[in-house]
Amino acid sequence: MIITRHTGKWQALGVALALLVTVSVGGWSAAPAPVMTASGGAVALFFVHHVLGWPAMQRGWENKLLLIGIAALIYNTGLALLANPASAIWFAAAVTGVWLMAWWLVAQLAEAPKRDDVIGRFRSLLAPFLFGATLLWLWEVAVRALDVPRVILPAPSAIWARILRSTDVLWVDFVQTFVKGALSGYAIGVAAALVFALAVDRSDFLRRGLLPVGNFLAALPIIGTAPIMVMWFGFDWPSKAAVVVAMVFFPVLVNTVQGLAATEAMQRDLMRTYSATWAQGLLKLRLPAAMPFIFNGLKIASTLALIGAIVAEFFGSPTRGMGFRISTEVGRLQLDMVWAEIAVAALAGSLFYGIIALVERWVTFWHPSQRGR
Amino acid sequence: MRSILPVLSVTAALIVFWYAAVIPMNAQWAQDQARRAGTELSFAALVTDTMTQARPRLPAPHQVAQELWNSTVVEEMTGRRGFMNTGSLSNRSLIYHGWVTLSATLLGFAIGSALGIALAVGIVHNRAMDASVMPWAIASQTIPILAIAPMIIVVLNAIGITGLVPKAIISTYLSFFPVVVGMVKGLRAPDQMQLDLMKTYSASGGQVFAKLRWPSAMPYLFASLKVAIAAALVGAIVAELPTGASAGLGARLLSGSYFGQTLQIWAALFAAAILAASLVALIGMIQRVTLKRMGMGA
Repeated sequence: MIITRHTGKWQALGVALALLVTVSVGGWSAAPAPVMTASGGAVALFFVHHVLGWPAMQRGWENKLLLIGIAALIYNTGLALLANPASAIWFAAAVTGVWLMAWWLVAQLAEAPKRDDVIGRFRSLLAPFLFGATLLWLWEVAVRALDVPRVILPAPSAIWARILRSTDVLWVDFVQTFVKGALSGYAIGVAAALVFALAVDRSDFLRRGLLPVGNFLAALPIIGTAPIMVMWFGFDWPSKAAVVVAMVFFPVLVNTVQGLAATEAMQRDLMRTYSATWAQGLLKLRLPAAMPFIFNGLKIASTLALIGAIVAEFFGSPTRGMGFRISTEVGRLQLDMVWAEIAVAALAGSLFYGIIALVERWVTFWHPSQRGR
Repeated sequence: MRSILPVLSVTAALIVFWYAAVIPMNAQWAQDQARRAGTELSFAALVTDTMTQARPRLPAPHQVAQELWNSTVVEEMTGRRGFMNTGSLSNRSLIYHGWVTLSATLLGFAIGSALGIALAVGIVHNRAMDASVMPWAIASQTIPILAIAPMIIVVLNAIGITGLVPKAIISTYLSFFPVVVGMVKGLRAPDQMQLDLMKTYSASGGQVFAKLRWPSAMPYLFASLKVAIAAALVGAIVAELPTGASAGLGARLLSGSYFGQTLQIWAALFAAAILAASLVALIGMIQRVTLKRMGMGA
């Protein structure tokens, strides 16, 4: 049965309906009739096929019809962007249609059989990309249609134009804040936490004393030390790195100490029957078992690092850096520049997190959460 | 109970280290003052001076404790605008500022953890959400929240929302993420064997969730709730920085930083710390009770 194999029937119905409304209300006069007829017909046939399971089709044909349908929708999208918001039904139908279409596509992608080759990897990247592209598109359309003032929310196209125009400034800020402030602080903080955790691990007394204290300190709003760090280490990047060190140290420490204690008595006994030394037990049993915990801490710390470096710049910085740029450009109501910085920060942070997640998958491949989903 | 002695000794070591650090940190100022006065400081005089400066680079622990006491109990009991004289909390006391921050924190935490659990359930049960939402939840955390805080507040002001809600939104934003990450991990913690067992019982999706996934996610949930409430507090404090808020612990930090009032900064910092510690301890207590009733307690 074809019907049971596919999900997202109501989204498909919605897209078809939206297209119908688009075509009948305004799209007819705005678009060349043959294009609209052909694409509308293709999409309609495609969705009839999916919803009713009729008419029966070869697999390849589905995809071709889908491509034609997407082309029609993109065409509609262009029209919706140019559209006069006065024809509200037309506009809303086109927007809803595109949104449902994207949703449906993502659902189809996620349902597709898993593949381990390049195509499979490409597909797994396509789904989040589609989701993000849809969000961006909705943002763009909403800003244009509602005529949102530039000082409240600039459109993505305006932000993109700004990014292209000021790559040099963005690069200088990126180096100052991310490379010098966040990365160096992250490296120092994580290294210190790991060494400290191993030292603590040797003594039960220290572990029992430091774990509650470390937990307490990890929960503190450490970002509040930013004004103090700026006072101590000056305006340049060392003070930002110091804030980042203080922020990432405790989450990594607590997770590592917890992870090192995560083995079962049975497993430790086994190591003892092998007469393993402390170092052997650590390397072969407890460190591997602690890895999921350590990576949990590393991931939390990776998002904290960038936030810490940027926030610390609000308390004083040289005339470069992402936090500096954001606070001054907000004051000058240049919100497109602010969003450009935010985009760079989000991209850098995501890449950073992604790299750590990749390493985690490689190191802790055995953990249930990394295996078949 | 057996960890009281180690905790006390670690804390004592930290305090001793702090006192030792106070002397070199503040010595510069003390020496400068002495040179201007044309006197030579003995070591004992130097130590007393570094411990009692009005605007030290690093205040001594007892100075911070003193400032905390003055700006809470003393201010409310005897202050002109204190609770004893006016019947309402003084706007100079940390109790008042702490309450302002706490209310935003709790609101944001409640919304954030509910949202986080809902998202995690969706991600675990819907492959479309797993494929598309998770990367964006991660990307959302890399956006420096402080940067968009003023914009959020401007936009919300334009549609008539002011006061507590904008701060709570920023708390929500920071606190939903740890819950999503922890709960996704927790809901996926049951291994294939357990899931297969459920399948041999021919359990429905809802039953697998209620009887296997949800209970085995509980330790993860509480671990992430602890992180989330601390993050919510950070969010509320950070939200008070850029918006020119006149009340709240963040506002105290900022005004202390502007006027070089280091004692005020440290007192606000410690008030925030005490608040965070009690909130985390509260969740830890609920965790212990819950896990014990589920038979998972130590």
